[in-house]
Amino acid sequence: MSEVTNDLGSTSRAGLKKVRRLPPEFSILMVLIGIALVFEIIGWYMVGESFLANKQRLSIIVLQVAVTGIIAVGVTQAIITGGVDLSSGSMVGFIAMVVASFAQTSLNARAVFLQPGYAQFGFGWFIDSSPFWPILMGLLLGLLLGWINGQIIARTGIPPFIATLGMMVSARGLAKWYTEGQPVALLNERFTWLGQSFNVAGFPVPRTVIVFFIVAVICHIALSYTRYGKFTYAIGANPQAARVSGIDIGKHLIKVYAVAGLLSGLAGVMLAARAQSGQPNMGVSFELDAIAAAVIGGASLSGGIGRITGTVIGTIILGVVTSGFTFLKVGAYYQEIVKGAIIVAAVVVDVHRQRKKSRA
Amino acid sequence: MSAHSVVSPHTMQAVRESGAIPNSTYLLEVEDVRKEFPGVVALDNVQLKLKRGTVHALMGENGAGKSTLMKILAGIYTPDSGTFKLRGQHIRLKNPLDALQNGIAMIHQELNLMAPMTVSENIWIGREPKGRFGLIDHAEMNQRTEALFERLEIGIDPEVKISTLSVASRQMVEIAKAVSFNSDVLIMDEPTSALTETEVHHLFRIIRSLRAEGKGIIYITHKMNELFEIADEFSVFRDGKYIATCASSEVTRDDIIRMMVGREITQMFPKEPAVIGDVVLSVKGLTLNGVFRDVSFDLRSGEILGFAGLVGSGRSNVAETIFGVTPASSGTIELFGLELSVSSPAVAMRHGMALLTEDRKDTGCFLLLDIQENAQMAVLQQRYVKMGFVQQEELRRAAGDMANRLRVRTPDMHEPIINLSGGNQQKVLICRWLLTNPKILILDEPTRGIDVGAKAEIHRLISQLAGQGVAIIMISSEMPEVLGMSDRIVVLHGGRVTGILDRAEADQVKIMELASR
Repeated sequence: MSEVTNDLGSTSRAGLKKVRRLPPEFSILMVLIGIALVFEIIGWYMVGESFLANKQRLSIIVLQVAVTGIIAVGVTQAIITGGVDLSSGSMVGFIAMVVASFAQTSLNARAVFLQPGYAQFGFGWFIDSSPFWPILMGLLLGLLLGWINGQIIARTGIPPFIATLGMMVSARGLAKWYTEGQPVALLNERFTWLGQSFNVAGFPVPRTVIVFFIVAVICHIALSYTRYGKFTYAIGANPQAARVSGIDIGKHLIKVYAVAGLLSGLAGVMLAARAQSGQPNMGVSFELDAIAAAVIGGASLSGGIGRITGTVIGTIILGVVTSGFTFLKVGAYYQEIVKGAIIVAAVVVDVHRQRKKSRA
Repeated sequence: MSAHSVVSPHTMQAVRESGAIPNSTYLLEVEDVRKEFPGVVALDNVQLKLKRGTVHALMGENGAGKSTLMKILAGIYTPDSGTFKLRGQHIRLKNPLDALQNGIAMIHQELNLMAPMTVSENIWIGREPKGRFGLIDHAEMNQRTEALFERLEIGIDPEVKISTLSVASRQMVEIAKAVSFNSDVLIMDEPTSALTETEVHHLFRIIRSLRAEGKGIIYITHKMNELFEIADEFSVFRDGKYIATCASSEVTRDDIIRMMVGREITQMFPKEPAVIGDVVLSVKGLTLNGVFRDVSFDLRSGEILGFAGLVGSGRSNVAETIFGVTPASSGTIELFGLELSVSSPAVAMRHGMALLTEDRKDTGCFLLLDIQENAQMAVLQQRYVKMGFVQQEELRRAAGDMANRLRVRTPDMHEPIINLSGGNQQKVLICRWLLTNPKILILDEPTRGIDVGAKAEIHRLISQLAGQGVAIIMISSEMPEVLGMSDRIVVLHGGRVTGILDRAEADQVKIMELASR
C-alpha cells in the first residue's frame, strides 16, 4: 500500500538529507530550451543562419504570443479551480471592436463616417480623446462579461465549459453586431502608442510584452501569496472539502471568472492598439491557444494544479514553435498539424512524469 | 530462492485444474520476505503461515507493513527476497492476474466495481460466457451468478446495476467475485469498515462457510472484537517487522495491543474531568426532509456529547446540518442563546463552530496540496491575512506549533499530505480546525481507520479540549469509544433521536436497544 511506503519514506527523509525539489516548471523549461536548440541547429544546416541570434525574431516571438499570454494567465486561474474559460477569444474580438470605436482620430473618423454603413454609428465625443477612455471601456467590459460568466456558473451550477461556451458564441455575435461586421479602423496615435515597441539596448521591446509580464507577475503573486490564491487552489483540489472549510465557492468563482474576463479585456485593448483597428474576427481560437499554453505549462484540467510561471513558459513554447516553422519556411498547414501534435506530446510527457513521481 | 525449484504459475494452474492439488499443512507460507522502497525498508524479513480452513488476522498499526505484505501476496508488489510457497510449492507471482490464477484473491478496501454495470457483468468481466457468434450469453451469466449467490446466501438480484446497491451489498458482490475465481486464499482488507452490525454478521457467516470449505482467509482489521469473533489465528507486525503469531483464543486484548505498539497503553479512553458549563448550542425540532426529523438536544461547554447509532441513522446528517453544509428544512439552532440561521459552513465558522467530517478523502483533505496548506485552509477565513496577503511566517509558526502539539509525524510541513498515513492526515485535519479556536467542535468518526497509538493520542486531545471548555459533539460507530469518552450520549435511529443517556446509565446493551428500535 502506498500509504505505508510513503509514510516510512518521509520518516527516513527526515533522518537523511532533505530532498531538494526542483520547481515543477523545470522540466517544461527544458522542453522550451530543447525546442529552441533544435530550431537553432536545423537553422544552421538548412537556412544557413542562426534562429536565436536575431533581435527581430526574438521580439516577434514574444509579440506573437503576448496577447494570448495575457488571456492564458486568466484561463490558468479558471483551470486551477477545475473549470475552464472558452469565451476569452471572442471577448477579445468584441472588446477590441468597442475599444477601437472609442479611440478614433478626427480626420480618419470623419472619413469613416462618410461611408454609408457608418452613418448611424460613431462616438463623436470620444474622437481624439485621451486613451484613458478606450482602455477603461475595454477593462470594464471584460470585467462585466467575466462577472456574468462567474454569476452563471455560481448560481446555476452548470459546468464552466458550457457557461463559457455560451459566452464564446454570444460575444462573437456581439463583435459582429456592433458594426454589422464592418471593421473599425484609423485609430488615434496616442492610443496606438500602446501597441508599439520601444528600444532597449537595440532590442525592440513591444509594450504588449511588458504588459503581459506585469500581468503574469501580479497574478503569480496573487496565486502564491494571497488568500485569493489559496482558495483558488483549494476549490480545484477538493471543492467539497473547500466548502466544509468555510470557503464560499460561488463567490470565489465569480472573482476568478471576473479576473479572467478583465484580462481578456486587457488583451482586447492591446490587440486593438497593435493592429490599429478593431475587426470582428479578431481573437478567433485564442482561447484554445491560451488553454494549450496553460496545459503545456503543467496546469491540470481536473483542477488544483497549475502555475503562472508554467503558463508563461507554455506560451513562449507556442511562440517559438510558430516562429521556428516560419523561419524554416514550413507551410502554414503543416505548422498547424505539428502544433497540435506538440500540444498533445507536451501533456503526455507531463502526465507520464507526474505518474512516475507519485509512484516514487 | 533459486536454491529451490520454482514452479511456474502456469504449471501450478495446470496442476490445480487437474484436481491433483498437493497436500500440505500450510496453504500459504512466506518466509524472510524483504521489501525495500527507495530509502526505506517496508518489510524486514517477515513471515506468514496460513493454515487450511482458518481465518488469519493481520494486526499492526498503520505503517506496520500489513498492507505491503498483502500486496505482495496478491501479486501487486514483487518482494526483493524471501520464499513464497503456495500449497507447499515454490512460486513467484508476477502480477495480480497471476495471483488470481493461482487462487489468491484480494478484496480491496476501496471497492473496485464498475457502478454503471450490472452485478453479473461485474463478477464475470473478462470471463463472460459466450454463446452463438461469440456474443455474451447473459442468461447463462445470470444463472451462474445466482448459483454463486445461493451458495453464499447473498440475496442480490444479478441484473441490477451496482450503482443502486448499498456499500454493504457492493462488499458482498466483491466477495462473491473473489470466490468465483475458485480462490483458495482470500485476502480481506478491513471489510467491515462501512458495514452495519447485521451486515457484519452476514459477512461473518459467509466467512465461516468459506472456512468450512477449507479456504484460507487473511483478514486485516483494526477492530479488536472482530479479531476475537472471527479469527482463529493472528500475526502481529510492527515497523515492518514480524512480531508473533498466536491463536486468538490464547491471548487477551491487552496482550495484542502490547505486541502492536511495543509498549503498554494504560488507558484507552483518558477521560479527564471537565467543568461542564452553560448551554452553548441548543437544537430544537431540527428537520431535514427525508433524512432526519425533529432532532432536539442541548450541548454545554466542556461537555462531550456522543452521537451513537447505526450507519444510516442520520448521525452525520445532523452534524452537517448544524454546520450548515446541508441547511435544515425546519427547526431552530440556538448558539449562545441566539437563534441563528446556519445557511453555510462559513456562517457556522463565524460563530465558533468546527466540523471534522467523516470522510477524510472526500470532504477532508486537499490531497494535491501540502500539509501546511491543508492545515491553514479554514483559519484563512478569519485570521493571518492582511490586505489579502497571507501572513506566511505567522501562519507557518502557528500551524507548525499545532502540528507539534498533535504529534503529526512529518519532517516537513511542505510534504504533500497524500504521503502521510491515515492517522497523521487526520491529525492535520484536526489541526485545521483547532487553529480556528472553535468553541463548538463536531467530530465525525475522529478515529476511523486509525491505529491504536494515534487513537489514544486523539482521545487524549479531545479530553483536553473539553477540559479547556470546548463543547464537543463526537460521532462514532465504535461503541467503546462512545461509552468511554462521552458525558452524555444521543442515540439515533432512522433519522430520529430515540434516547439521550447519561454517562452513568449508558451501556452497550442500552445503546444497541435504542439504536435498533
